[in-house]
Amino acid sequence: MMLEARNLSVRFGGLAAVDDVSLAVPRGKIVALIGPNGAGKTTVFNLVSGFIRPDHGRVELEGRDITRISPHEACRLGMARTFQIVQPFGAQTVRENIAVGAHLHHGSRADALRAAEAVGERVGLAAHLDKLAANLTIAGRKRLELARALATQPKILLLDEVLAGLNPREIDEVLPVVRGIRDGGITVLMVEHVLRAVMNLSDEAWVLSNGRLIAHGTPREVTADPAVIEAYLGHGTAARMKAAYA
Amino acid sequence: MLELSILWPSILNGLTTGAVYALIALGLTLIYGVLHIINFAHGAALMMALYGVYYLQRSLGLDPYVSLAVMVPTMFAAGYLAYRYVIGVASHGRDENILLVTLGVAIVLENLALFLFKSDTRTIDTAYTFTTVPIGSAMIALPKIVAFFGAAATAGILLLIMRATDLGRAIRACAKERQGARLVGIDVEHVFAMSFGIGLACLGAAACFLLPAYYVNPMVGNGFVLIAFTIVVLGGMGSFAGALVGGLLIGVVESVGGLWLGESLGQIGIFLIFIAVLLFRPQGLFGARA
Amino acid sequence: MRQLAAIAVFAVAAAVLPLFITSGVVLNTAIMILYTALLGLAWNILAGFGGQFSFGHAVFFGTGAYAAAVLQAKLGWNAWATLPAALLLGAAVGAFIGALSFRYGLRGSYFALVTLAFAEVFRILANNVTFTGAGVGIMVKLKSGAENFQFATKTGYLYVILVFVVAGLVLCWWLKNSRYGAWLQAVRDNEESAAALGVNVFRVKLGAIALSGALMAAGGVFYAQYFQYIDPGLAYGPGVSIEALLGPIVGGLGTLWGPVLGAVLLQLLGEGTRGLFANAPGVSLMLYGALLVLMVTFMPSGVLGVLRRRA
Repeated sequence: MMLEARNLSVRFGGLAAVDDVSLAVPRGKIVALIGPNGAGKTTVFNLVSGFIRPDHGRVELEGRDITRISPHEACRLGMARTFQIVQPFGAQTVRENIAVGAHLHHGSRADALRAAEAVGERVGLAAHLDKLAANLTIAGRKRLELARALATQPKILLLDEVLAGLNPREIDEVLPVVRGIRDGGITVLMVEHVLRAVMNLSDEAWVLSNGRLIAHGTPREVTADPAVIEAYLGHGTAARMKAAYA
Repeated sequence: MLELSILWPSILNGLTTGAVYALIALGLTLIYGVLHIINFAHGAALMMALYGVYYLQRSLGLDPYVSLAVMVPTMFAAGYLAYRYVIGVASHGRDENILLVTLGVAIVLENLALFLFKSDTRTIDTAYTFTTVPIGSAMIALPKIVAFFGAAATAGILLLIMRATDLGRAIRACAKERQGARLVGIDVEHVFAMSFGIGLACLGAAACFLLPAYYVNPMVGNGFVLIAFTIVVLGGMGSFAGALVGGLLIGVVESVGGLWLGESLGQIGIFLIFIAVLLFRPQGLFGARA
Repeated sequence: MRQLAAIAVFAVAAAVLPLFITSGVVLNTAIMILYTALLGLAWNILAGFGGQFSFGHAVFFGTGAYAAAVLQAKLGWNAWATLPAALLLGAAVGAFIGALSFRYGLRGSYFALVTLAFAEVFRILANNVTFTGAGVGIMVKLKSGAENFQFATKTGYLYVILVFVVAGLVLCWWLKNSRYGAWLQAVRDNEESAAALGVNVFRVKLGAIALSGALMAAGGVFYAQYFQYIDPGLAYGPGVSIEALLGPIVGGLGTLWGPVLGAVLLQLLGEGTRGLFANAPGVSLMLYGALLVLMVTFMPSGVLGVLRRRA
């Protein structure tokens, strides 16, 4: 297993944001974490990548306990993540942005900038390398998030809704990039709402609702699961759908 | 360690100073609570108000307490205009910008005072400057006692405005939710300017209560700014109760600290408290956790 | 590379100045410009590159100035020897304030306030401790000779401050072209993203405040030697803190030349108004304050920012 979370729980005030969540991400796979809005998916990401400390539970990266590490340590151990609300270094160029990630493994400025250019080309930002990050479109910024994280040469990449806000054509352009990342040997855990991407890309899916895991399996299995349908569409929908389409 | 006979007057004096500090801090906390502006010009504005009280007495013979009727509206107007035409315009919303703008205004005011009034320290003489009143075993200067009750009364009026008037409700609405206030038809820029004006009006009142027992020179603002910030942070940014309790507390700390360490070194206690609060409990005594 | 060449050209140009100008007044102006530029370069490291705005930078300046004065007056050190001590002390004070502030997550206005408080604490301490001469201050005894960091003519001082400024410029050039500098600017622009990319935010900020403190302390040493007197108000008062931030804001925050450009513009403004208002107290500072408000309102990225956008 590349990444394992066991019995993760965290409460914010009186609310159990994540409740006894255990999941495992096998090496070299693309795994999806799905669920309705507010289910706690980003919180799981934050717990796993060191941005929040869990109240209970354990996180292991390649067997090593990383439950209490800080975000930058997680990155150095090979876990990179993107943010749902993109946060580029606005005053810097695309190349400079990516170089910050590249610097994790490159001490020299020139090397980092060169590596940044290579990563930028891989994700399709070649034409924008000298633009200010603040001037990119939302699609461009999402790619920049991806590129920055990739530049740190991670073993596992956590993508937080990397397709949100993109139109169908832009989504079609990003899917092969993610596949290419996996083919290059990087494990991917993605939080995603766009079902098409989940079905197309992921090898397995975990479903989170109200802080709890309610299903796990292949995308096909999971989307047919009545509990999952109910979580998204409301109580009793599964039965009604069955009755309607019987 | 310290005998009660020395401690008691020190505490009383601290409370009277503290009441005026509280009034100054009330203005600052109102401005922060509503506008989210840390007003670096607060001390300089107080200094200008003190000069106002001074010259009203020197040229027109107005007793400082009578000057309340002049200073409060004048400072209110100055604050309203300053926000509407300078600070509000310059802020563009960014935190660092506002910091620098109010700092710039403070520099302008201080040096304007230096240019106009020169650097001498001035005090006023009134019939009651040296009158003292016995409280228990302590003899407390009358101006300080008047300052205590005056500051308390002003604070009370301010709280009444905030709770019971439409303006107060509008101010509280804008403080909580800017966009929402706009959506229900509140002229937010106007309310902000009013809040800034009220904040400065508190300084006008504070100046009237302060000068009979204190002094003025172009640099006094600096000392008050840090003390006011300490109180606001200690009490909790935006909390009125915090400003009142904090003000009294800091007044006593300064007074008793001065007893122990001498007047100059005594002030260190205040800033150490400030640093400690900022580090360990930035929301202060009554503030909400950010 | 081009920027390094520009620094070299600047250094040479300033160095040959005394060959053409012998007027003490003009040389003094040049020295004051360079001195203000040094303070600005120091402040800019933390604020422009690091994104942490300090309103109490005098705390580092005063430490350097008192280090120079006290080590000479009380311990008989050679003036030059006090320089490395001052740099170390400046860095140490920076690390102390930084460790406390950043450990507890102070940012923005709260950080500015805490630096102000520290400067005031140091000022009060200096005012009450005989070690620093209390309120009377300390005089640096006249000991003529280059080996004592005291020069008969202004030219000597000009060269010294020039070396400091060039060192500062090279340091800032390094910040713009190194891994550490890239990390620092990333922290400035977005701390969370930087952390997610493997940047140790706390250590990076700590480094910046230490560097900034050391360079500022160098300014303090120069002041002590040039004016041969220091007291708590001069060392730790708000005047120095404000002087440090004006240049970069006017010239351009986070740029290499901003502090230098700002220092030049401010000095010209100061000279100009001195002529108009015949040395009336406070006038030039009043204008500086007004300039600060205007710059922040209309040109928040400074003169360089505007020039860059036009280019």
